[in-house]
Amino acid sequence: MTGLLRVDSLSVEIGDAAVLKSLSFGVDSGEVLGLVGASGSGKSMTALALMQLLPARARLTGAVRLKGVELCGMRAAELQQMRGRHVGMVFQEPMSALNPSMRIGDQVAETVLLHGAASAAQARVMARDTLDAVGLAGTQGALDRYPHQLSGGQRQRVAIAIAIVLGPALLIADEPTTALDVSTQAQVLTLLCELARSRRMGLILVSHDLAVIAQHTDRVAVMQAGEIVEQCLTTPTLQNFQHPYAKALLAAAVLAPKRHAGVGAAPRDHRGAAVLEVRGVVRDYALPRRSLWRPAGTFHAVDHATLAIHPGETVGLVGESGSGKSSLLRAILGLEPLQAGEVHLLGECLSRATGRTQRRLRRSLQAVFQDPYGSFDPRWSVEQLVSEPFHLLDVPPSAAERRRRVATALEQVGLSPRDGSRRAHEFSGGQRQRIAIARALITEPKVVVFDEAVSALDVLVRAQILELLAGLSERLQLAYLFVTHDLAVLRAIADRVYVMQRGRIVEEGPTLRLLTAPVHAYTKMLVAATPRLAVDGG
Amino acid sequence: MSRHPREWSLAVGGSITVAFVAMAVLAQFWTPYDPELLTIGDKLQPPTWQHWCGTDQLGRDVLSMIMAGARNSVGVALLSVLIGAGVGVPAGLIAAARGGVSDEVIMRGNDLIFAFPALLLAILITAVAGPGAVNAIIAIGIFNIPVFARVTRGGALDLWSRDYVLAARVAGKGRLGISFEHVLPNLAGLLLVQGTIQFSLGVIAEAGLSYVGLGAQPPAPSWGRMLNEAQTLTALAPTLALFPGLAVVLFVLGLNLVGDGLRQRWAR
Repeated sequence: MTGLLRVDSLSVEIGDAAVLKSLSFGVDSGEVLGLVGASGSGKSMTALALMQLLPARARLTGAVRLKGVELCGMRAAELQQMRGRHVGMVFQEPMSALNPSMRIGDQVAETVLLHGAASAAQARVMARDTLDAVGLAGTQGALDRYPHQLSGGQRQRVAIAIAIVLGPALLIADEPTTALDVSTQAQVLTLLCELARSRRMGLILVSHDLAVIAQHTDRVAVMQAGEIVEQCLTTPTLQNFQHPYAKALLAAAVLAPKRHAGVGAAPRDHRGAAVLEVRGVVRDYALPRRSLWRPAGTFHAVDHATLAIHPGETVGLVGESGSGKSSLLRAILGLEPLQAGEVHLLGECLSRATGRTQRRLRRSLQAVFQDPYGSFDPRWSVEQLVSEPFHLLDVPPSAAERRRRVATALEQVGLSPRDGSRRAHEFSGGQRQRIAIARALITEPKVVVFDEAVSALDVLVRAQILELLAGLSERLQLAYLFVTHDLAVLRAIADRVYVMQRGRIVEEGPTLRLLTAPVHAYTKMLVAATPRLAVDGG
Repeated sequence: MSRHPREWSLAVGGSITVAFVAMAVLAQFWTPYDPELLTIGDKLQPPTWQHWCGTDQLGRDVLSMIMAGARNSVGVALLSVLIGAGVGVPAGLIAAARGGVSDEVIMRGNDLIFAFPALLLAILITAVAGPGAVNAIIAIGIFNIPVFARVTRGGALDLWSRDYVLAARVAGKGRLGISFEHVLPNLAGLLLVQGTIQFSLGVIAEAGLSYVGLGAQPPAPSWGRMLNEAQTLTALAPTLALFPGLAVVLFVLGLNLVGDGLRQRWAR
């Protein structure tokens, strides 16, 4: 193999810990290599090791050859020339990768000038051409804009332009689209791969998302605990995975919990009274005042949204960032006042309830939030955290009763009752989300609302949590409202899906129908943009 | 490696602070001599075995005066911090919890207090109620209120956006309950750091006020007035200004080191 990049038994140790263990792989010109694995598996560390950007305490052994030149042991000055000129890199968060006080044209040109590759005028022309190539083309204004004037996807395009302006032989993209909406994600990934193929660049695409890898790469390497456990050609279904860990990842990515399969066999009656009904809810925010003389404008975050959830049903609410789904969720939970409309729970109006009635209704409506790290007061024990919703009871339970019910809730979510005396920071992300679910179940609710509750989890852990939720819904006759930006999650768990765009609900329907035959243009775009593994029809 | 300076500053600052506070507590019960006892015959002695820090122009033992002055300093600074925190922290919590008009009223009221320097306030109070340690405490205490209110509000606003506060609201808790159960305990570190810094500023402010005669009144000893009296005698007895000056500098340095160490420890 000639190969553009050859990595031979690359190992990295930090202190006593072996972070990367004897990695060997290669990338050819014009080839896209996918690097996939759970968080902490060493994907990003590999990218940094290739760039020789490791922390000072790290010890690196092995060989990294780019076009036959050994990078390990190169002097700092040579490495600086190599980075940017021969190897470009794109990071996850486009806003922090750009200088907020510098025009984007100047930022692209700066890379050229730093490497002394051209005069200032030429650099500007190169910046111009590169920004054209990444799709920020056209008007003279493009170069003169600042990062804050661009959308997330456009910023990532600028970051790509900076990485490729000198025509590097190798481009490393570390989770380049994780911070972006699905529609933007599809465009940016397509752009990256097209650039790699048309400019004969090698591209290493680091991602946690197997569907992204399956759709965009030529070859895939699966990492687990600092090792590459699987390397093979990419196929649309990734069916040539051999290693058990790679197979487990794949199985988790295409998960459809068992209950879902059973829906056809025992169709549940959704025609009865709804447990949760949202009728024409409007949530306005005041915009900043533009003038002293005119009243401040309003922004309709939620614009006459109406939805209903039936007992035991799992309903998804999907939309991109800024679509108003989080505002609607807060409105449903009664955390913010409504400008119009009503929220009914179990046939009673929750949005106008106060005092005793409000507390009684809220017992039946609980929530699980996104961030498994921010959802718990760091000073409280798990038992205190889980029993916090007892505040909604008119008579707080006795200490013994409280402990017993906390233990039951912890067992329901697959934790040990003994975990009650520990603190949240002693648990992993997935376990924390289990604690959050236990907290939501403690008042025996009828409806649980999930705000991106599995987005921050690795795919294997996510699959376990979704499994758990499906089982709980079955056993406890729970209805779920799943708010997410990720159609793949809903495909796995939701019976029905509402699609939200700019504060309005634009389409509603059974998950399968919505995914296979979307009607509204926005839904069509979402479905088309969501990367997926073509395993089966559902 | 990066742990080193922090541990060092906490250890050194902590020892200095503890030494001064211990001295202040000890002075409550015992000093080598009565700090108010005049022995004109022994006036202006340099440091000797009988008088470690010498005597002043009226023959009082300087070490005893410094110890009694430490008691005065610690008392004034501590009480003024307690006044500032006692009013400022609840004000900041309410401003963050309620927002809107309450927030505006509280924070603009803060700005109003901030607009007056502590010294000006002390002169004002003195003009009305006469000079004294109690009035110094009130003046410095009032000056501390907006500092605590701002720090509390800033920290609390950040905590109010956390998911665990949302979860508590879903659990039906009111704004007051959340403020005391979730917000205040998580601000404890921040407030402890600010308290230490305000304490050291209080020591300086007390010395400044008594230097211009607005603090503790004679014969009660205070570091500021000792400096003032020593000023005219620098040619005759240079050590007279040295010891109270050293006491102020060391104590404030110690407190600042503690504040710095605590801040780094809580910075995570």
